[in-house]
Amino acid sequence: MTLNRTPLLFAVVAVMFAAVGIFQSWNLAFTVLNLGLISAIMTLGVNIQWGYAGLVNFGVMGFIALGGLAGVLVSMPPVPGAWAAGGTGVLAGLAAGVAGIVASVITWKKTAHMGGKRYTIMAAVVLVSVVVFRMIIDPAVAAIESFESAKSGYLGGLGLPIMISWVVGGVLAAAVAWVIGKVSLGLRSDYLAIATLGISEIIIYAMKNEDWLSRGVKNVAGLPRPVPYEIDLQQSPWLIEFTQNWGLSIVDTSSVIVKVSYAALFTVVLLIIYRLSEIALRSPWGRMMNAIRDNEVSAEAMGKDVKAKHLQVFIIGSAVIGVAGAMLTTLDGQYTPASYQPLRFTFLIWVMVILGGSGNNAGSIIGGFLVWFFWVEAEPIGLALIELLTFAMADDNWLKLHLIKSAAHTRYIAMGLVLILVLRFAPKGLIPEVKR
Amino acid sequence: MTDILNALVIFANFVLVPGLAYGSQLALGALGVTMVYSVLRFSNFAHGELMSFGAMTAILTTWALQSQGIGLGPLPTALLALPVAIVVTIAVALIADRAVFKYYRKTRAESVIYLIVSLGVMFFLGGLIRFIIGPNDRVFTDGQRFIMKARSFKQMTGLNEGLAIKMSQGITVVTAFIMVAFVFWFLNKTRTGKSMRAYSDNEDLALLSGINPERVVMITWIITGALAAVAGTLYGLDKSYKPFTYLSILLPIFASAIVGGVGNPIGAIVGGFVIAFSELTVTFAYKKMLTYVLPETLAPEGLVQALSTEYKIALSFVILTIVLLIKPTGLFSGKTI
Amino acid sequence: MSFLSGEHMTGGYGGADILHDCTIGVEKGEIAVVVGPNGAGKSTAMKAIFGMLSLREGKVMIDGEDITALNPEARVLKGMGFVPQTANVFTSMSVEENLEMGAFIRTDDFADTMTQVFDLFPILKDKRKQPAGELSGGQRQQVAVGRALMTQPKVLMLDEPTAGVSPIVMDELFDRIIEVARTGIAILMVEQNAKQALNIADKGYVLVQGRNRFTDTGAALMANDEVRRAFLGG
Repeated sequence: MTLNRTPLLFAVVAVMFAAVGIFQSWNLAFTVLNLGLISAIMTLGVNIQWGYAGLVNFGVMGFIALGGLAGVLVSMPPVPGAWAAGGTGVLAGLAAGVAGIVASVITWKKTAHMGGKRYTIMAAVVLVSVVVFRMIIDPAVAAIESFESAKSGYLGGLGLPIMISWVVGGVLAAAVAWVIGKVSLGLRSDYLAIATLGISEIIIYAMKNEDWLSRGVKNVAGLPRPVPYEIDLQQSPWLIEFTQNWGLSIVDTSSVIVKVSYAALFTVVLLIIYRLSEIALRSPWGRMMNAIRDNEVSAEAMGKDVKAKHLQVFIIGSAVIGVAGAMLTTLDGQYTPASYQPLRFTFLIWVMVILGGSGNNAGSIIGGFLVWFFWVEAEPIGLALIELLTFAMADDNWLKLHLIKSAAHTRYIAMGLVLILVLRFAPKGLIPEVKR
Repeated sequence: MTDILNALVIFANFVLVPGLAYGSQLALGALGVTMVYSVLRFSNFAHGELMSFGAMTAILTTWALQSQGIGLGPLPTALLALPVAIVVTIAVALIADRAVFKYYRKTRAESVIYLIVSLGVMFFLGGLIRFIIGPNDRVFTDGQRFIMKARSFKQMTGLNEGLAIKMSQGITVVTAFIMVAFVFWFLNKTRTGKSMRAYSDNEDLALLSGINPERVVMITWIITGALAAVAGTLYGLDKSYKPFTYLSILLPIFASAIVGGVGNPIGAIVGGFVIAFSELTVTFAYKKMLTYVLPETLAPEGLVQALSTEYKIALSFVILTIVLLIKPTGLFSGKTI
Repeated sequence: MSFLSGEHMTGGYGGADILHDCTIGVEKGEIAVVVGPNGAGKSTAMKAIFGMLSLREGKVMIDGEDITALNPEARVLKGMGFVPQTANVFTSMSVEENLEMGAFIRTDDFADTMTQVFDLFPILKDKRKQPAGELSGGQRQQVAVGRALMTQPKVLMLDEPTAGVSPIVMDELFDRIIEVARTGIAILMVEQNAKQALNIADKGYVLVQGRNRFTDTGAALMANDEVRRAFLGG
């Protein structure tokens, strides 16, 4: 049954994209496809956490944003002036911050026997750490942010090829996941959900406000690309010849070529991650994860360190999301912290996982594609639906005008419905988990 | 002496008064979350949207009343709209329970499934709200803006610094107090309220005693809906209404509930104020205050601000983390983990 | 036929049967005790009589009425009270509130019943404002029994009321239970402390693997050599 369903569903997705290509435009079709590929990777990440191990990560957005930050830090050229103005200061400040955290942790561990005095000592250590940290870093940050603030005002990156950031993004996300996991795993399951929701909000706030690092709401634009630029393509003789022969628009064709190149790169990453996820799932490690998910108590009784295993799976899943986040920024060619919205970047991914089939990697990919497709097309569909329903009303009817104006929001309603209906009537999703 | 008074007035103006208002809003929100948790045993991620729905209803009703020329004089018209908002939000909560949550109760689903289901409800309600009122900022305060203006306070006391109390702040604190008092009276003094506590304490024994679980659940949603409508409206009245903010406010609300001890109503109230005051005291710039108290030679140069205001939200997270590390059951020992 | 009786009960929790043609009964004002080794189906028999487990065969009768099809709540209305072995009080609620919750299904005034419970367990009256979770084990059991008495049951069923309490407290609890029986209530209880329990029992049932092995008066069972050797430790 499932064997037959998977290719069928992939065929449906292919037909849908072809339909967009034929009826709307190929340009749009590949735009949708590229974001679909990235969504599918994000979905795989969440599926590793939720589907394999039953962990609830409501902070997907934060890990995506961290991946995006990696894109900036790796690919943008460094800003020497800013480094001269405050580079050492920031590094020293960050070192002081780390030292402060280490000092706090050591103090906490060493003062366990002290009772009430422990908290006073702790408070003093933390206070001193914060003051020292701020005293070192604040002037440096101010200096950096005032250096050519209209043009740069930040430290810039390392000037390396942007594809390296796909790995770095994963590492960054993994590091943050380690911290969150350390604190909230091993407690009740919803604490992880709340903690991740919180940390992702904080990450976004930091990205918006730490201008020295990410330029904040001024955004970083013009990230270098791993694929050719349209403008170069349009000047290359072979393409000019090709489009003339076939009677195509050179602008559209060049843009499609760029998108196809991205799609090829993303497909390779998706396939690698999918392959690795499948190997992991079928390995003894994956089977143990499933066992822990299905019966935590008995797994614990059998001597499995449930918390440590959960930490592993949480870090791995978050790293995958981080990779996808870096890819997203690569595709956009810019980093805009203000554009990260939890409904779009956290909860939509969840709809993808649940619809596709929790615990099934192929299902996650399908869910990613379908939901993304629907998300993009919901607006025209919603609009058409509303126009159909209100055709009897006068064109200046306030209700009709309001409905048409609000059509874009029908996608949230639709996603909520999809989630509720799938959980209620098909909790296993489109491609159910394979029980081994 | 005057210097110290001036310093205190600054503190009251920028920390104490706003903190009381914000704390009341968080407390009401956390109380709603904790009620659902203690009876239905899951963290309701749709609670923020429930609050938003209440606020939206209050706004729409306020507009309708305003267009009819009905108002409350110095008080905001929204107060008159509040009962409507409460009734509508309760209806939404009950419908959501009937249509969605009830099934999982019958099948005795794990709490993590509820969590994700509540996500679906959140999504749906969030979309519905944006569909009806749009995603933009709405200001719906009318009537008198201040109970006490900074200038009249200065004239009254002769101090340099002013203390302003906004009408919305006053209304928030009073309304929240009434709501909380009512909920506590209900839980501790009425037979139905006690049966809710009994059900939350020991489900099996409650069944043995003939307590009807569906009735308990229904009343829980009624109280939760009312609390959410009031909390959402007060928050919108105080800070202006924007659908997006009700998603962000989930974090401080959950933090309040957990810090106090999930499932413990008193904990929810205390947690709300703990979070509100820590946010404000840590992000408050003490410079001006210190210039009054310290001798001139020691006057601080910077703002003397521990954390910039943008990171308010981080603070609820930090406090949450500390509590989880030191005492996972919260200050008032809620449900064990 | 007894006032309350489970007759020829056969059944279990879905899988294999735990009870096999087991019959237990008790008269008003009488104390009946069910004893037996671990896993003999003692608690299961109690649950079956209280309707927390459906029977494949056999029936449960109270006062001549067949109640086999009723759920536990309906049986409470028929005059049955049940004290579970564990988690038998509302720990976060005061003693008084526990008793109120016991009387939840009553629509009349239950102040008199509460006075009676306080007369029976004077210590509870002193501690009536304290959360039940803060009481000692023996006091908690008193709250649990008191809670069950609030519906003015005709039958009181106790699942190992003395589990985990000291011998002195156990003696006191048994004294109280005798007092309850004297008011005309039928008492059916499962006990680990077989010897002490049979001492106060009018009727005793020894179950082994879900079947009746011995059924006699408490005194007769105590006197029976085989019972003493096999189940009472000599």
